[in-house]
Amino acid sequence: MMTSGFITALRRDLLLAARHKSEWLTALFFFVMVTNLLPLGVGPDAALLRKIAPGVLWIGALLSTLLGLQRLFASDYADGTLEQMALSPTSLSWLVAGKMFTHWLVCGLPVVLMAPLLGVQFDLPSRSLGLLTLSLLLGTPILSAVGSVGAALTLGVRSSGALLSLLILPLYIPALIFGAGAVEADLAGISPQGHLSLLGALLLVSVFFSPWITAVALRIALE
Amino acid sequence: MLAVSQLTCQRGSRRLFSDVSFCLDAGQWIQIQGSNGAGKTTLLRLLAGLGLPHAGTVTWNGAPVRETREAWHQDLLYIGHQVAIKDELSPVENLIFGLGLEGISGSRQGVIEALHRFGLKGREDLPARFLSAGQRRRVLLCRLLLRPAQVWILDEPYTALDVHATEFLSAVIEGHLDQGGSAILTSHQTLGLRPGMFLVL
Repeated sequence: MMTSGFITALRRDLLLAARHKSEWLTALFFFVMVTNLLPLGVGPDAALLRKIAPGVLWIGALLSTLLGLQRLFASDYADGTLEQMALSPTSLSWLVAGKMFTHWLVCGLPVVLMAPLLGVQFDLPSRSLGLLTLSLLLGTPILSAVGSVGAALTLGVRSSGALLSLLILPLYIPALIFGAGAVEADLAGISPQGHLSLLGALLLVSVFFSPWITAVALRIALE
Repeated sequence: MLAVSQLTCQRGSRRLFSDVSFCLDAGQWIQIQGSNGAGKTTLLRLLAGLGLPHAGTVTWNGAPVRETREAWHQDLLYIGHQVAIKDELSPVENLIFGLGLEGISGSRQGVIEALHRFGLKGREDLPARFLSAGQRRRVLLCRLLLRPAQVWILDEPYTALDVHATEFLSAVIEGHLDQGGSAILTSHQTLGLRPGMFLVL
């Protein structure tokens, strides 16, 4: 019964995303633009581009995830669906987990898939491209999980978008450091193992706790 | 039995209502009246367990509703002001997902039947943004036919409904009371239902 709520929330949000493509395509396009503009601004210095590539792609991923987060609960809150979810006999945490997972599928996964393509223009070697994709694959679910807590906390607040960025971006710092750090370490000839393990640990902790914390924050927002 | 005792709600320094008490047994219904801003919706949300009262208790079968949330929400059907309907989805999809979020797997056939009974024949697969305000309310009210619950809390259920739908809704509520259900509703109109309790805020 609990996982059925998860699956319904997942299917519902996926269908909504399929009917409303502009929302997540904007986030993906933003990611592509930001990571494209930087090499143009910095100039064709291959050594420098290789050096900044992991950081740039990771920051692009952070910012584009943030775009989708504002809408994660806002429309359900505005039309009363969230109230119905809070009154559901199934666990709100599982429903929230379903919404969070959809956010990752719609905003995180496309970024992961685009990253190796975009990495080419930074002259990254193929080994680093693979590692970058792996670090984003481990890292983007952290962004969705931590971000959903922030989205729930800023629900119903005026100019919630700006507040959400202020609240969430500092919490993204560990993921950014270990994610970008894994690729940088590899480029410098050090094993990326440690970075990836820490990223994996962050992933487990955030995915485990955030649906529960988000549900509590949503109940407070509805009071 | 739903028992409300000495419920008080305060918003900032303003007291919305105080010492609201009533008991609702199987087959009984209560109409809550009051001027705009008297706190009718707030009271309903407190009963549903969405808000925290300033003082007083709400108990369902002897247990406080906020402590036995799952049991209470299993027996409760709450229909609020907001329609909880997504413009991008059709009425059928809206209802099936709505039921799914409550852990009930609704069949397409059952949902279509309910929509027909509420006079929405031919609108089943139309995106909800093409529906009028009254039609959206009807889609929402279909949940009364689809989701079994002992207690109905309905916030202004008659809003935006035409004469035909109003009569049908009254019949649905009567049927629910006949089967031993109970209902709490707010409305400014005099309702054509069997004699019930009144509460004026």
